[in-house]
Order: sequence, then structure tokens, then C-alpha cells
Amino acid sequence: MSSLIWLPFLPLLGTLIPLLTARFSRSACAFMTAALPAITLFLVLSHAGDIFQGERFQAALPWIPAIGLELAFRLDGLALLFSILILGIGLLVILYARYYLSASDSIGKFYAYLILFMFAMLGVVLSDNLIQLWFFWELTSISSFLLISYWGHKSDARKGARMALTVTGAGGLALLAGLLILGDTVGSFSLQDVLDSGDLIKASANYPIIVVLVLLGAFTKSAQFPFHFWLPNAMAAPTPVSAYLHSATMVKAGIFLMARFYPALADTDLWFLIVSLTGLATFLVGAYIAIFQHDLKGLLANSTISHLGLITLLLGMGTDLAAVAAIFHIINHAIFKASLFMAAGIIDHESGSRDMRQLNGLWKYMPYTATLAMVASASMAGVPLMNGFLSKEMFFTETLHQASLGSLSWFIPVLATLGGVFAVAYSTRFIHDVFFNGEPVNLPKTPHEPPRYMRVPVEILVALCLVVGIFPSLVVGDLLLAAASATLNGPAPSYNLAIWHGLNFPLLMSVVALIGGLVMYYNRSHMFKFQAQFPTSDPKLVFEGIVQSLAIKASRIIAFTENGSLQRYIFFVLTLAVVMTASSLMKLNATAGHRPEIPLDALSITCAILLCISALATVIWHRRRVVALLTLSVVGLIVSLAFAQFSAPDLALTQLSVEVVTVILLILALFFLPQKTPKESSPRRVVRDLGLASLIGGVIGTISYALMTRPLDTISTFFTENSKTGGGGTNIVNVILVDFRGFDTLGEITVLGIAALGIYKLIAKMRLYMPSSDDNGLPWSEDRHPMLLAVISQSLLPLALLVSAYIFLRGHNMPGGGFIAGLITSVAIIQQYVAHGVLWIKTRIKLDYQIMIGSGIGIATLSGLGSWVFGHTFLSSWFDYFYLPVIGKFELASAMIFDLGVFLTVVGATMLILANLGQLTTSERPIQKEHD
Amino acid sequence: MEGLYAFCVGLLTACGIFLALRGRSFSVVIGLTLLSYAVNLFLFASGRLKLNAAAVLGQSEQYSDPLPQALVLTAIVIGFAMTAFVVILAMRARADLGNDHVDGTLPSLPNDTQQKTGGNQ
Repeated sequence: MSSLIWLPFLPLLGTLIPLLTARFSRSACAFMTAALPAITLFLVLSHAGDIFQGERFQAALPWIPAIGLELAFRLDGLALLFSILILGIGLLVILYARYYLSASDSIGKFYAYLILFMFAMLGVVLSDNLIQLWFFWELTSISSFLLISYWGHKSDARKGARMALTVTGAGGLALLAGLLILGDTVGSFSLQDVLDSGDLIKASANYPIIVVLVLLGAFTKSAQFPFHFWLPNAMAAPTPVSAYLHSATMVKAGIFLMARFYPALADTDLWFLIVSLTGLATFLVGAYIAIFQHDLKGLLANSTISHLGLITLLLGMGTDLAAVAAIFHIINHAIFKASLFMAAGIIDHESGSRDMRQLNGLWKYMPYTATLAMVASASMAGVPLMNGFLSKEMFFTETLHQASLGSLSWFIPVLATLGGVFAVAYSTRFIHDVFFNGEPVNLPKTPHEPPRYMRVPVEILVALCLVVGIFPSLVVGDLLLAAASATLNGPAPSYNLAIWHGLNFPLLMSVVALIGGLVMYYNRSHMFKFQAQFPTSDPKLVFEGIVQSLAIKASRIIAFTENGSLQRYIFFVLTLAVVMTASSLMKLNATAGHRPEIPLDALSITCAILLCISALATVIWHRRRVVALLTLSVVGLIVSLAFAQFSAPDLALTQLSVEVVTVILLILALFFLPQKTPKESSPRRVVRDLGLASLIGGVIGTISYALMTRPLDTISTFFTENSKTGGGGTNIVNVILVDFRGFDTLGEITVLGIAALGIYKLIAKMRLYMPSSDDNGLPWSEDRHPMLLAVISQSLLPLALLVSAYIFLRGHNMPGGGFIAGLITSVAIIQQYVAHGVLWIKTRIKLDYQIMIGSGIGIATLSGLGSWVFGHTFLSSWFDYFYLPVIGKFELASAMIFDLGVFLTVVGATMLILANLGQLTTSERPIQKEHD
Repeated sequence: MEGLYAFCVGLLTACGIFLALRGRSFSVVIGLTLLSYAVNLFLFASGRLKLNAAAVLGQSEQYSDPLPQALVLTAIVIGFAMTAFVVILAMRARADLGNDHVDGTLPSLPNDTQQKTGGNQ
């Protein structure tokens, strides 16, 4: 099913719409923003029928199959349930936010963030690949950060957003680690493979690590104790965000994760202990704190924490029926909590306050909204005929049916009932304090009913509370069954979604909770007095304090390690490198391999000795820079001889010509740099550096020796076999450069061009001081361009160009090619500069080297693009043989055009560098108009 | 022969690294050049040493591995570009900062090690 691939991306496209339409009226913007999510919802629902029949849709686009990276989506029961929640409630929130946001708030920005979040969340629930799931998971954290900090001018919003991002982001990293280990254990990052190998995972030694890491991700996201503190602080977000992210969807992502990996990770003692005990603690702590909140949204946020704990507890119990109850409560909680948040938002919007000490007796002012809120609160408390009652009954039933704590198992139903008591107490407080309990106190404005359509989303959700509560199996039966069987990765257990199960123990627990809650609320003044004895601590301050002290410690460590000395950094890096390389070399048993060595001969030994002496001389005389340069050039010369000796004529030619160019470059540069290096390294440092350098040299030499004495299983057979038949050339090295790996070469010459242009810019703005004498105080010679050199080099130029053309033309079949020909041409031109000076050249050779670089890269690219015209892939080459009288048989190859591009780039780059550097001493030095 | 070759590679590496650890930009450039010789020789040798076996069809009975050669060929040219860039950068640094120390400040100057002068622009 290909449409599944772009299904989650529809909303992403939709992030643009609000930004583009924000200039129109708010209703138009809201309407157009809602269009794409609505279409997506329709598409999702169109698959519902098949999914209820037990089908599962999957679609994947491979990306890097070798390491399991792909774009893969799946739509099964669980994904369907969450998609409906995300898109359905999302649509209601879009409508609601249109009325909630004030005229000064940018509605386009709000909707764009909201839709971005919707996309991320859909991605999480539809992902069929672990890494991809994690990617979307992080995206929800980021979009949540943007939404919480929407009112960025408020300090609360910024702090709350930072806290949420830090906590969920840290959890996200743990999750990534967990998922990587999980994928590694299973051997696949495909979700289905992971779900199908539950036994393998649970038997693996990595299982405890995986469980802890994955659960860290889930618990931070779903605000489980002890990470619950970020959620109340996230209430600084606009209320539509709270309704959407922090009750219905994002905080459920952690729950979703646990449900998703239920078949793979659950049903062990470890899982039970961590998940159910965390859930139980969260359930009680959240509910208890909720009772004492004065802020409406604070009450709802803590109640959300409590309900998330309830669902976690259910998922931890490990029985199939508990999982069903968990899924059912996910639906019910999303419905009633979103509507409660919206109602709280309406109250805030129309009365100007969220403080329950001010809000009293609103029934008189907004009876309609009050009714809706009361129904939703009743559902939150678990009153019969509401949807919340049904799942709470299932919850109570399940707490009675577990025995994992052995003889202490009775604790769980008792504590569950206690949590129920708390829930009734805070629900009652929400109803009684706000809508009754006397008259409003000092409200900023006189409360009244909200605009008609602001109420519509609440009405829809409250109606759902009732409909699901009264006709559960008719309304959500299929969805619940599909989601439950997807969660369990198998058939769901049989259960009965009836309101009335007869007089039984769970019903008794509900009754106890209801009566206990009312009693508790009645005695609330005592409880508040009791609670007031405890010192209050603001988690925000604590959190900020921890972050601050971490930052201070981090900057201390940075100040210690980074003292600004590059020499020190390089020393650290090299030490680390040598430690890592040497430690793995120790695992190699013998240095020498079994490949027979080439016998030594006198010439090679002589060259090697010369190389070693020159290299050491370079080091010893490095403070006398000109001398060091000369010995360096001897080293380069011998390196090119080594290439020639060991069957690499192309390399020898290249090295030789580059050597010439490099030495000219360095001599030119040396004119502007000090001629001598002062002695400033302490003996200790010299010994230290010598030690490290020798160690690295030894390691590299060992690797090189070990490598060379072992047989080679070459991967070049393809190139050797196809060089003539496929590339039309016998010089395999050149054919690789211009044909097989032509794309690499194109990249290389582009780098060359960029480096040359960068140098050009560096030179152009250089403020140089021009030395008039050398370091010994002797003035520079004023002699200009010796006549002998001028005459000889001028007559050599045509010859050199001819050689260059010859080397270029034969490059495809014999050693040579664009690189070498380009370097030879450059050397020939440089010689003219040296012999005649810039002014003389300027009037005679009119080459713009920048244009040369550009046209070189252009020609190379075009020769690659040319193969598209003939329906081949980029840089496919063409060649054929032709006959002409006199000349005879000759070959034409498109690779030659490519090589011409290489040639031009090399000449252009080399000349741009050297000519500009050379003319710095003359009146022709490039001057750039400065704007700074 | 392989032992001798490996010794040379190791020595070039050691010389290059030692010079790269010096404090003045020109020494570092020289060190990097030596190091790039060593790296090129090392990479080239990963195709194993062969005598009289140029990778040109029809020229010899067996062929040396052409792939490392192709890689090293471009590496030599790019190495030149990088050397040029670094050396010009060193000149520029000297022009803007007034000295040729890699840290941009002379170590002998007290109270100046923390702060980087950003040039005189």
C-alpha cells in the first residue's frame, strides 16, 4: 500500500498552509489548516474496516538496507487508535485554538508548530522501524518545546519549555541507546522482526539494559515518577497545547512505546517490578498533589500524571486483560482530559483567572460550560455511565487478579482504591470549587459563556464520554479489540465491556472510592492545613539550579582542557590515536605475514638511506627554513623515484611535477615569512614530542610492514578486466580516474578549484609587510630576470607544451593524463613568470585563471551530463575507433573531454595560486575593494 | 624490501609528526608535507609492492593494483592544494596577527594566552 508512505507526510505539507494563510481571516486560516489533517483522518479511517478484520498494512522504502535504515510505516490496530486520537483531537484543537488565541498572538506560527507536532506524533505511532520511530520521537520533543515556549516573552514559558526539552530529550537519548542495543540483539531494526522475537530478547544478556533504557525514554515522556515534574511546568503553554500534547497525545507517547514493545519486552519479573511499581507510585503521587493545586491547569496536569501512572501500572501487570484495560483507559483519558483542559481554557479565557481561590460560583455565569465540565469531571472521577468508570472498573478488577508481589499482592488493590479516592476528591474539587462554593473573588473580568464554536469541541468530547460510557462495545468495541490484539501481537483475550457486572468486588472498590473521595473533599480544610506544614519547593528552581551548577562545572572542565594552545590539542589527539591503534595492534600475533618479500638491491638501499638522511636533516635544520626546504625537496624526489620503482609511473610523474610546484610555492611564501624559526621549545617538550612522534612512526611502520607482507585480496579485478572493454583505455589508473570513479575525480577537482579560489581571496586582502633585506641584514638582490634564463625558458615553452599535449593525449592508454599534463603546463608557464616577471607575462599571456577553473569543472560536469542525453547514467563514458587516411586508426572517447576538464582545472588552480602569490611583490598585486 | 619501505614510511611519519607539533606555522607546513609523503606511500603500499608491473594493459605480465594508485594520484594533487592553502593561511595569519605562531600569540607574552587577537580588521 503505497499511500501509507505519504500518509504521515500530508500534515507536514500542512505546516506551510497556516504560515501562508495567516494573512487572511482567522477562520479562513483555521479552516485551511484543518483541511490536510482532515483528509489524513479520512484516509486513516478508510482503512479501519480492514484493520478490524485483522489486517495490517505495511509499506517501506529502503534507504540503506545494509544497516537497516528505511522509511517504513505500518498501520495496525494500535497505530489506528493513536492516529484517530492524534488527528481527531487535533482537528478539535485547531477549531478551539482559533477562538482561544488572542488577536496579538500569531495564529500562523501556532498552527504551524501544532501541525509539525501532529506530523511528528503520527510518525511515532506509524513507524515500522526502530530508528525512524526514535527520529519522530525526538521531533515530538522539539515541536513540544516550540509549543510550550510559544509565549516566549514569558519567563515561565521559556523555563517550562527548557525543562520539558531537557527531560524528554535526555530520555530520548536513553531510548536511542536502548533501541540500538535492541536492534543489535535482534539483528534487525524492523519493528515486526523485533515484536516477533520476544523470547530471543528476553533470553539475551542485554535484556535488562534494553528494558531500563527503553523505559527511561517512556517514563520521561509520559511524566512518570520521578520525572513527573516537567509536566506541570509545561502548563505555561497555551491551553490548546495542554489539551492536545499534555493530556491526549504526546504524554501518551511513552505509554504507546510500552504498548508497542509489549510483546517484545513485557511479561518478565523485571518488567513487572519496574513498570508497575513506577506506575503505582506515579498514580498515587500525581493524584495526591492534584488535590492541593490552586491552579486549574495544575490540578489537571497532576491528574494527568496520575492517570498516566494508572495506565503504566496496567501495562506493567503483564496480563492480557490488563493490557486491554490500559488501551481502553488511553482512549477514555484522552477524551475526558482533553475536554477538561478545553473547559479550563474557556474559564480562563472568559474570566481572566485560573486560580480556584478566585473562581467560585461560575455556574451562574456559564451554566452550559459548567455542565460540560461537570460531566467530564465525573468521568475523570469514575462515576458510572461515564467512560472513565468502565476502564476504572477494569483497572480495579485487574489489580485484584495479580499475584506477582506474592503475599504482599493485596497492597496493589488497596493502593489503587486509595488512588481512586484521591481522584474523586480532586474531581469534586474541580466541580465544587469552580462552579459553586459562593461567589467569584476579584476576577479581572465578569465571566460569561464563550463564543458558540469554542464550545463545540468540548461538546463533541463530552458527548463521546457519555456515548462510550453507555454503549461501550458499540462505539469503541472494534477499535479496542484491534488495538489490543495489535498490542499483544496475537489474539486479544475475551472480555465484556458491560456497564453492569453484578455486585462484585471491583464495584465495591468504586463505591469506596466515591464515598471516600467525597468525605475527603468535605474535610479538605484539615488536609490543606496538614499539607501547609511541609516546606514547598519549586521544581523549576531546583531544576534551574541543577542546570546552572552543571553548566558551571562544564565550563570549569573546558577551561582546564582547552587552554588555547593548538600544540596541546594536537598532542592530545595524537596520543589518543596512538593508544587506540597500538592497543589493537597488540592483538596481531606476528608482525610479518607469509607473502614473500622482494629481495633488496643496492640502488634501493642507497635511495632509502638518502631519504632517511634528508628527512632527518629536515627535522634537524627545520629552524633554518631555506635549508629545510631544500632537504624536503630531496625527500619528495626520492618518493617519486619510489613510485617509479614499484610500478606506478603515473604517480611518479605526478609526484615529480607537484614537487616542483610545491617547492616554488614554499619559496615564494618564505619571502613573506621569517627566514628562521626561533628556538622556543623547552628540552622537555622536545623530548616529549620526539617520543610521541617516534611511537607513532613505529606504529605506522609496523602497520605498513604487516600490511605489505600479507597477501592481498584485491578488489581491482573488475577495473583490470573492464578497463579496455568498458572504458576504452589500457592505462587502468587513468581509466579509473576519468571513468570508473569519475564522480570522485569531479569532486577532487572541485575541491582543488575551491582551494585555489580560497587562496585567491586570502591573498587579495592580505596586508603584507615587504622585507627589504633577509634575516642576515643583506638586502635582496635587485637583479632582474637574467637574460640567459629568459632566452632558454622562452624557447623551452613550446617544447614543454608539446610534451604536455603528448602526455595528455596518450593518458588513456599510457602513463599520463589530465592531472600530469596540467601540472607540466603549469610548470612551463611558471618558468616564464620566473624568467620574465609578471609585467612581461601580463602583456603576452592573457589567461584568466578563475575562468579556467570554472570552465574546467564545467566541462567535466557537462561531459558527465552528456551521457544523460543518450539515456545513460551520469558520467558513463563512450568511446569508439575511427580510421583516417595518413593518421590511421585512432580512438575517440568522451572520457577525454572529462580529462580536458581536469587538465584545465589543474592548470587554472595551480596558476591562480602561484601567479597571485608571485605578483604580491609587484605593482600587479590583486587589490580588493574592502567593505569592512 | 618491504621492511626497508616500511621503515622509511615510519621515519617520514615520525619526522612529519614531530615538525607538525612545533609552534611556528612554517615548521608545521613542512611537517604536514612530510606527513603527506608518508601517507601517500602508505596508501600506495596497501596495493602491495611489485616490480615491473605497471598497471597498463599489455605492458607487463602481471599488474600492480591500480586502485590505490588512482587514489594516491588525486591525493597528491589535493595535497598540493591543501599545502598551498595552509601556507597562504600562515602568511595571512602573520600579516593580520603580526607573528607566525600557530596559536596566533607568542607564548613568551604573559597575560595574553587566554585571549585571541582577532586581527586588526
